[in-house]
Amino acid sequence: MIELELDCRGQLCPLPVIELAKRIGDAPIGGLVRIIADDPAAATDIPAWCRMRGQEYAGPGEAEASAPSYLVRRIR
Amino acid sequence: MESFSDQADPRVGSGHFDAASTEALHPAAREVWLAAIDDGWADPARLYGAARRARMLLDNAREIVAAVLGSRPDEISFTSSGTQAVQLGMLGALRARERTHRGIVASAVEHSSVLHTAAYDASTSSPATSAASAGPPVQLVDVDRHGRVDAGEFAAALRPETALACLQTANHEVGTVQPVEKVTQPCQEHGVPLLVDAAQTVGRRPIPAGWSVLTASAHKWGGPPGVGVLAVRRPTRWRSPLPEDEREGGRVPGFENLPGVLAAAAALRARVEESDELAQRHWKLVERIRHEIPKRIPDVEVVGHPVQRLPHLVTFSCLYVNGEALVTELDRAGFAVNSGSSCTASTLRPSHVLEAMGVLTHGNVRVSLSRDVTADDVDRFLDVVPDVVTRLRSEAGM
Repeated sequence: MIELELDCRGQLCPLPVIELAKRIGDAPIGGLVRIIADDPAAATDIPAWCRMRGQEYAGPGEAEASAPSYLVRRIR
Repeated sequence: MESFSDQADPRVGSGHFDAASTEALHPAAREVWLAAIDDGWADPARLYGAARRARMLLDNAREIVAAVLGSRPDEISFTSSGTQAVQLGMLGALRARERTHRGIVASAVEHSSVLHTAAYDASTSSPATSAASAGPPVQLVDVDRHGRVDAGEFAAALRPETALACLQTANHEVGTVQPVEKVTQPCQEHGVPLLVDAAQTVGRRPIPAGWSVLTASAHKWGGPPGVGVLAVRRPTRWRSPLPEDEREGGRVPGFENLPGVLAAAAALRARVEESDELAQRHWKLVERIRHEIPKRIPDVEVVGHPVQRLPHLVTFSCLYVNGEALVTELDRAGFAVNSGSSCTASTLRPSHVLEAMGVLTHGNVRVSLSRDVTADDVDRFLDVVPDVVTRLRSEAGM
């Protein structure tokens, strides 16, 4: 179940990752965050952020018509 | 040409940390270039005295380059750039095999000139008329987190009908050295010519043997702009993709840039002579950067292979930082660096190299040391970067 949704459409890198870093604490540990982002860099940078920050990248989420989305599980 | 020794110059120091893009003309090249304007203007294809002199100088330059590449002078052609060498090298090798073979195998992290030429070939070739129609027109071989191709995976991508394989000696963005010597044999076994883009290593490191076509760019070894090298090793088949022209062994059209070529050869010779000393010095400085940056800055990732790497190049990415802002701030502090980040209005896609590696693409800085760099320059850089990153992060609310 998605606990938190971040709509980062129209934001260029590194803004979607900054938004994710600032807001992930709003989700409970174990909770899923869905980030909607049309910046092509997000596809690489969100998994890389998870690796660097010890969070779990849970794969692509359901795409919107105008943008893909990404799932991150808060594990700490 | 005279021999110009590089007198052990007092290291002047340099904040030019973008040698992988280009670096200042080597002092040896400068002198030869100026001399050649007076001495090497004539047409080397003509028969009178000044022309014969020009021919002799051109042959001499060709011999110098051939010796460095481990090939024969008649296998070397001078182009107008590294990009032109790649385009002619790839398209000519493909043209020679177009009736019987189809498809290119290349690493996913090749220089954009290789990838663009591959895409151009795929979009312009007519459908194969023979059995060579199976398989995708361009197959990109993935790299690991360090940006290194697995030689076995590369070999497995080769098919009997593959027209051309392309692998760089070392990556231009992250410095990772590729296993060229391990893919030459599989290429030979499949009868597939191997084009090696050696732009980042010629003049710096020994050139691996076993290539069929090799390309390089003079301004990256301290030569002048406007000179590239295309080497086609016998018995590799190659057919010009352009209208017939007799210059440069029929491989490159147009009147040779003789002063540029002579200066390029002089720079190469000087550069090879100093390459071991430079490589040792650069290796240590880069080692220091690789070690210190993560210690001094939190949330930073040094990317590229830690050992299988170019001596002078290191790349790192800083979380939450805009790459363009980082380049601008470092420039203000006296350092010229490049960034593979896309946080600019002009490039929406991040570097395909960083993407293929799956490493952070924003906040990216590529440091590539030029020959004049000193340990003091690197120390100053290491002092400046943490301040800049901290300031940019705090401006972003991080």
